[in-house]
Amino acid sequence: MNSHDRQLCLSGKGVTKIFGFGSKKTLAVDNVDFEFYSGDLISIVGESGSGKTTLIKMLLGLTSVTEGEISFMGKKRDIGSRRKKKEYWKGIQAIFQDPYSSYNIFSKIDSVLLDCINMRGGRLLPRKTKIEMMREACSFVNLKYDEMTNKYPFELSGGQMQRLMIARIFLLKPKILLADEPTSMIDACSRATILDMLLKLRDETGMMIIFITHDMGLAYYLSDTVYIMEKGKIVEFGSADEVVLNPKADYTKQLLNDVPKIHDPWEFSKNRRKDAQWTEQFVV
Amino acid sequence: MGKVMLEVKGLTTKYITRFKEDVYAVNDVSFKVEEGRSVGIAGESGCGKSTLALSLMGYYFAPLHYIKGEIIIDGRNISGMKPDDIRKNILGTEIAYIPQAAMNALNPTRKIIKFIEDVVRAHDPKATKKDIYDLARQRFEILNLPEEALGKYAVELSGGMKQRTVIAVSTILSPKILIADEPSSALDVTSQKMVIKMIHDLMELGYIKSMIFITHELPLLYNVTDDIMVMYAAQLVESGTADQMIFDPLHPYSKGLMGSILVPEDGTRDVKLVAIPGTPPNLKKPPDGCRFAERCKYATANCRLSQVAFYDFENNRKCRCLFTENELREAYKNEQS
Repeated sequence: MNSHDRQLCLSGKGVTKIFGFGSKKTLAVDNVDFEFYSGDLISIVGESGSGKTTLIKMLLGLTSVTEGEISFMGKKRDIGSRRKKKEYWKGIQAIFQDPYSSYNIFSKIDSVLLDCINMRGGRLLPRKTKIEMMREACSFVNLKYDEMTNKYPFELSGGQMQRLMIARIFLLKPKILLADEPTSMIDACSRATILDMLLKLRDETGMMIIFITHDMGLAYYLSDTVYIMEKGKIVEFGSADEVVLNPKADYTKQLLNDVPKIHDPWEFSKNRRKDAQWTEQFVV
Repeated sequence: MGKVMLEVKGLTTKYITRFKEDVYAVNDVSFKVEEGRSVGIAGESGCGKSTLALSLMGYYFAPLHYIKGEIIIDGRNISGMKPDDIRKNILGTEIAYIPQAAMNALNPTRKIIKFIEDVVRAHDPKATKKDIYDLARQRFEILNLPEEALGKYAVELSGGMKQRTVIAVSTILSPKILIADEPSSALDVTSQKMVIKMIHDLMELGYIKSMIFITHELPLLYNVTDDIMVMYAAQLVESGTADQMIFDPLHPYSKGLMGSILVPEDGTRDVKLVAIPGTPPNLKKPPDGCRFAERCKYATANCRLSQVAFYDFENNRKCRCLFTENELREAYKNEQS
């Protein structure tokens, strides 16, 4: 892949985050370098405590960076004031793990979507155009606007809420979308819908998506580039096929070895299966 | 055919909500578990997996109520027993249960050995401290758990260690059936594998005779259990061996569920994920006919008329569908081409 053709969206050099002082110091993210290009779908995979959520919070500007610097669209990021932060968030948006606590319970779905239109500078548009835009956004995520209007977010199911979140992103059209385990609280059956919508969003708007997950299978299915994080460090990165089918770092190998698989079950499961009378019936 | 360890016949239980509405969370569930086999239960959240686990071990405290059905453990019918009797005579020796949040199940002010003393003394009040310690040490050694853990408090152990300790404590009396309700869903993959390895060892060594494993993670189920049952809207919809169910599902719902498997293996990237449209029915007012008919592509008017029975298919499989095996296969083949 020739990375020079594409625009550099987000990059970081020596990004470090330390919590606490002295003997209680915790190195959450340790001297991480990265370069993310536009139109890419990047997965960051790590176990709990590997620092992936801390990294995302720093990218979003929700926590400060202890050391190192983050550049946005080739320029050094400046989010010193509230106004500059708001400006920055027009270019970078996030979907979080828990859809149930992502919404303000007092505002209706209409106002959630209207806020996005206003944020994009559509404040003075006629009411009719705004409704047309909301309808388009809802149909993009397979929700019916006429059923959504005048409802509160808590009246929806988890999958619907997460889809509404994607409708927000569709209206905002940021350059970068950070998705922090958006499917972990959703059933396997509705998971496919959410993933398809993220892919569609990427294909239609050329948005860069950073997908945070602990699920290797999910990362492999979805992404172009995979980053593996361990204890605050990035231990391996490369194209999804390279990392998953041909891992180099010991940690990645161990991770892949421990994930339950269906064509290559664990050693002890295989041994148990051998004594069963019905083996080899459906070997693929 | 091994000895039948657990037999469940037409088990039905319900919740009564605050507004006095009946929710039948387990509806007419029947299955058998043979000695030395493990059975997995898969399904979406809210389909009644965990309620089935609670019902099996007789945990009938409000709002959960027993309606009908039989639970026979090794020839002994425990349905209709009082919760207190069940706790004294059944839990621990016949059935052991590992809850979802087992990591928080340990009282932080007591040492691990104290939990084991409690469990053993509840069934044998005369057991001496030394006997119990020896038993615990022996069991921990076999399961590759450090002996020092016995003298520690729960907070001193890591998440994976805690979970393995809980399993060791709850199976100390060698129960006939272990019911594991998502024992590894809160763990990292590495600790998950260690927990599963331990359960596997317990079965190999004969400390537990058979197991029911509940999870929504299908690749994990394939690695853990011999048989898989799929549950949908409080009913079992299909059962068969792990290989049959993962590679050759027949019921349209299982078919959809197996289509959502994601594993980091060569070739899985090219297969497109297929979602099942719609949502499960409201259990307060379940539909008259097949409960999956609303979301099923192949549903006909007949499907919506009356409840569908759990039919026997070839190769010891069961499926809750009006179509025959050949009709279903035909339909899937037509769709592919």
